[in-house]
Amino acid sequence: MLNSALAISAILFTIGVAGVLFRRNAIVIFMCVELMLNAVNLTFVALAQVLGIGGQVFVLFVMAVAAAEAAVGLSIILAVYRHKQSVSLQNMNLLKDG
Amino acid sequence: MFSLHNFFVFFGGIAIVSALLCITRRSPIASALWLVVTLFAIAALFVLLDAQFIAVLQVLVYAGAIMVLFLFVIMLLNLGRPGPSDIKGPLALGVAVLLGGAMLFLLNPLSRTTLPGSIQLPAGSVAALQQQRGIIGAVANPLFDAYLIPFEIASVLLLAAIVGAVVLAKRKL
Repeated sequence: MLNSALAISAILFTIGVAGVLFRRNAIVIFMCVELMLNAVNLTFVALAQVLGIGGQVFVLFVMAVAAAEAAVGLSIILAVYRHKQSVSLQNMNLLKDG
Repeated sequence: MFSLHNFFVFFGGIAIVSALLCITRRSPIASALWLVVTLFAIAALFVLLDAQFIAVLQVLVYAGAIMVLFLFVIMLLNLGRPGPSDIKGPLALGVAVLLGGAMLFLLNPLSRTTLPGSIQLPAGSVAALQQQRGIIGAVANPLFDAYLIPFEIASVLLLAAIVGAVVLAKRKL
């Protein structure tokens, strides 16, 4: 079960990376980041079964960081939307040369 | 037939299929709802891995609070209506599939890995700890013991996130 858990979490992480690479909507990209965090949580819990309960404790911290990140990130997206009337990353090119 | 491992593969399959649907749906609302399905399937995997308390937290915090926040922002920005697709062109799609395949190839040895016996706990020792201290106590005791400082730092981080979200969401600073 450990190996299938690690395989599933690797696949989920890869799906998250692919989603970040080929979407333009900032909110969907954000959801893909959450998916990657969840894949890592699955690895932590799977390894906690053989290496001790510390892995499960660490998942709590990952969840706290993810919640903080979601709150701040979504308010940044809201602020950008108020500025540009769009959440597409195509329009966020203020730092791009030319 | 109904072995634990079969259940594990079943819920893992649900998680993977709904994650794929999540990244390929055009509407952000559909993406968010498929992500909720993925999170529930991962919670089921947590239960099968002897982490019942983490599974409850997963449903409450992720599938509950965080995804409601996402849906709230999507509806606030009125993105639910059908518009032009935000999925990049075939070139970017090809690059994403290529990089994803390469990454999966690199992560593939994980599924065949075996941990050295010297660092492994004896089988069932986490379950024994949960029997002894209770399912929540097994996670909570280290939180106030070995992980006390990270715990306090997490509380400061959450406070900073609250203040930051309020400041960023204000119309005028």
